[in-house]
Amino acid sequence: MNKIIEANFQAPDVKFFRIEAPHVARKRKAGQFIILRVDEFGERIPLTIADSDAENGTISIIVQGIGKTTKKLNTLEAGDYVRDLVGPLGTPSHVENFGTAVSIGGGVGTAIAYPTAVALKEAGNRVISIIGGRSKEYVILENEMKQICDEVYPTTDDGSYGYHGFVTGKLQELIDEGKKIDFVLAIGPIPMMKAVAEVTRPYGIKTVVSLNPIMVDGTGMCGGCRAIVDGEPVFVCVEGPEFDAHKVDFDVLTSRNRTYILQEKKALESFHECKLEKKIDEAVVEQKSAEEVTHA
Amino acid sequence: MPELTNKERMAIPRQPMPEQDPEARSRNFEEVNLGLTEELARMEAERCIRCPKPLCIAGCPVEVKIPEFIELIAVGDFAGAAAKLKEDNSLPAICGRVCPQEEQCEIKCVVGKKNEPVAIGRLERFAADWERVNLGIQAPKVAESTGKKIAIVGGGPAGLSCAGDLVQWGYDVTVFEALHEIGGVLVYGIPEFRLPKSIVKAEVEGLEKLGVKFQTNYVVGMTETVDEMLEHFDAVFLGVGAGLPYFMNIPGEHLIGVYSANEFLTRVNLMKAYDFPNYDTPMIDVHGKNVAVIGGGNTAMDAVRTALRLGASRAVIVYRRSEAEMPARIEEIHHAKEEGVEFMLLHSPLELKGDENGWLTSMVLQKMELGEPDDSGRRRPVPIEGAVEEMPVSVVVVAIGNGSNPIIHRTTPDLAVNKWGNIVVDGDTMKTNKKGVFAGGDIVTGGATVILAMGAGRTAAKAIHEYLQNPETW
Ligand SMILES: Cc1cc2nc3c(=O)[nH]c(=O)nc-3n(C[C@H](O)[C@H](O)[C@H](O)COP(=O)(O)OP(=O)(O)OC[C@H]3O[C@@H](n4cnc5c(N)ncnc54)[C@H](O)[C@@H]3O)c2cc1C
Ligand SMILES: Cc1cc2nc3c(=O)[nH]c(=O)nc-3n(C[C@H](O)[C@H](O)[C@H](O)COP(=O)(O)OP(=O)(O)OC[C@H]3O[C@@H](n4cnc5c(N)ncnc54)[C@H](O)[C@@H]3O)c2cc1C
Ligand code: SF4
Ligand code: FES
Repeated sequence: MNKIIEANFQAPDVKFFRIEAPHVARKRKAGQFIILRVDEFGERIPLTIADSDAENGTISIIVQGIGKTTKKLNTLEAGDYVRDLVGPLGTPSHVENFGTAVSIGGGVGTAIAYPTAVALKEAGNRVISIIGGRSKEYVILENEMKQICDEVYPTTDDGSYGYHGFVTGKLQELIDEGKKIDFVLAIGPIPMMKAVAEVTRPYGIKTVVSLNPIMVDGTGMCGGCRAIVDGEPVFVCVEGPEFDAHKVDFDVLTSRNRTYILQEKKALESFHECKLEKKIDEAVVEQKSAEEVTHA
Repeated sequence: MPELTNKERMAIPRQPMPEQDPEARSRNFEEVNLGLTEELARMEAERCIRCPKPLCIAGCPVEVKIPEFIELIAVGDFAGAAAKLKEDNSLPAICGRVCPQEEQCEIKCVVGKKNEPVAIGRLERFAADWERVNLGIQAPKVAESTGKKIAIVGGGPAGLSCAGDLVQWGYDVTVFEALHEIGGVLVYGIPEFRLPKSIVKAEVEGLEKLGVKFQTNYVVGMTETVDEMLEHFDAVFLGVGAGLPYFMNIPGEHLIGVYSANEFLTRVNLMKAYDFPNYDTPMIDVHGKNVAVIGGGNTAMDAVRTALRLGASRAVIVYRRSEAEMPARIEEIHHAKEEGVEFMLLHSPLELKGDENGWLTSMVLQKMELGEPDDSGRRRPVPIEGAVEEMPVSVVVVAIGNGSNPIIHRTTPDLAVNKWGNIVVDGDTMKTNKKGVFAGGDIVTGGATVILAMGAGRTAAKAIHEYLQNPETW
């Protein structure tokens, strides 16, 4: 059991948590993740360690509520517990002084990219951050990025804030301006990562993406997280999650991530029903106690 | 019962194991074997002719005193029988269920020369179950504290048995386990219908009562390295199992619907995907679909029988050799057949094909025939030229074995491993090349058996005890 110390929403459906996990906090490096289980009935889901505090024994995660498990997690508050939490898992980001590095985050991907952006800066890079969001309220961690990056460019699909368009548009613009870019880290939805890979490929810019396959154990025991990189199968939880963007088979990753699409829908429906029932129950209880008051 | 003559004993037929009806059980996850009743057990025990030089004992990897415990059952001293078993086997309720007795103790049994051998495994299970149900797990006496601390890495049978001995000898023992539950393959691999999880849980609780501490969600190598552990533990035992599934390396293995047996079984057993959506972990719905399992070992049998229970309309074993070469326990093959599993022997997958969305649709198979014996003495399967067929299938489970997981040796660079990544140890003491570090079970032998892992754990416990009396000598 791991206690939640702090919990607050950063954007609609995107929640920040600081959780007690001293063993993980002590060891973790940028690019690594944890696997957690919300409760006894829960599935094991991977989440990147956004930050850690070894002294206080806590780690931070930023969670986008997209399905049953992440939405259930996002109902928890400070003082609540998660049932199981294990880590740090995965191979840490490979960080060196490349020169100028661009960190691109799409949606919650910005949270995953953040710790590596910090590490890139610490390694002496000039770091440019592109933060993508659907609209203004989905642009996260802008202030945090500003503190560590040399340039920060928010982008929104609807133009409600910053650059109007996709992160790839902004990246292309930077390249066209003649900025010398030596390294790109792109983390976000698969179509975004695939598009970034295509933007940088003709220029031969070293590009790394963080893959998000479906995982179970996170230790190389099940092989469920396998992806195709450079034509070969790899277990992302052990060898990754970061890989050379120009070698990843994104189509296989996309299709494998759709394996449980029917079940996910069903799970989400049952979760909403359950929440609804709880609300009705609460309403009934309230009504009853109100009745009791009137009877008394 | 009056004292019987050997002739009378030999005349008693092997007592049948009461089982769930195949039709019913092929759709539920409850245990298939129901266990002998007291009457059946005592009758079966009378079949043992009490050899002065019992051959069965030599067949058992941990040399359980077989005729002695059987005699105690015969006279109705079931508690005594359980205690006798535990002198050599710390997990008899488990071994009685999953040991390949037909190639260990029972194959050596003299009664088996003419009739069927004494059902040693069933009797072992009976005594252990009787004890658990009637007395609870008996806590042996724990020696005075030695003040020394031991880290056991991995909560499978090797780690648990090592922990069990050391705690009794007064050590402060902590088991570190990567997953959220203790038991290793016993909880994530072997299904409920063959080994109820409550039995594993009872064993773990028994150890807890003795003072063993359990730290789940702890991946040694990642959460803490072996070297870091050595700074605050006097010795470390590595019982991390053989947890890295092999795939076939044929085209199409990335398709949706292709699982390793580890993933398939973990989803169902550990994560309880059969009870989705009450449990959150999903599973591809196999109702009314064809499921093929590649392989012929216990893992393959467990996977195929699980597929049936999940509702598959056809559950097929695809194995490249013949039935005689199958490494699975005979009882499992027999049960699988009774439940309606089909066997496609002498077939080897060439390719997996899918639709435009990446879902598996069929499997191309090469027919084989048996050729000359290979190194293992089994006849080598050779392809029959041109004999290729295609089979429609929605789910394929690959159960062709496990390699060693790289996490420990990558993070412990000076630990000696062989070319397959198995940790190299001294066979008598389970000592690795690294001072204070011992290893045993599947991580040393490659995928083997519960009893061998358990035996290795106990051998290591003894060696750790000796080493810590005199730590200067390594
Ligand atoms: C290494 C890694 C790091 C990640 N870091 C973060 C993070 O920091 N913040 C964040 O919000 N999300 C992160 N994710 C994604 C997160 O794990 C999924 O969003 C989550 O598992 C979805 O679960 P769900 O039940 O809420 O949604 P579901 O409705 O079950 O699934 C939605 C989609 O999420 C994916 N998914 C489902 N189950 C799993 C699973 N067990 N493991 C992995 N993916 C799954 C599938 O693509 C699925 O289509 C990360 C994923 C990986 C692999
Ligand atoms: C499906 C299946 C069916 C089987 N059926 C039979 C049978 O009928 N009869 C039989 O005798 N044998 C059977 N076997 C084989 C038997 O289960 C194994 O030989 C035995 O479990 C090995 O024990 P172990 O303790 O070495 O390893 P395991 O049981 O594999 O346990 C190792 C434990 O270590 C943990 N671990 C791994 N890495 C780390 C780490 N870095 N840090 C912390 N913990 C870690 C794992 O999570 C696991 O819990 C079967 C195996 C499978 C997979
Ligand atoms: S432990 Fe296994 S081999 Fe030994 S007597 Fe029991 S069943 Fe036979
Ligand atoms: S999640 Fe199981 S091997 Fe990667």
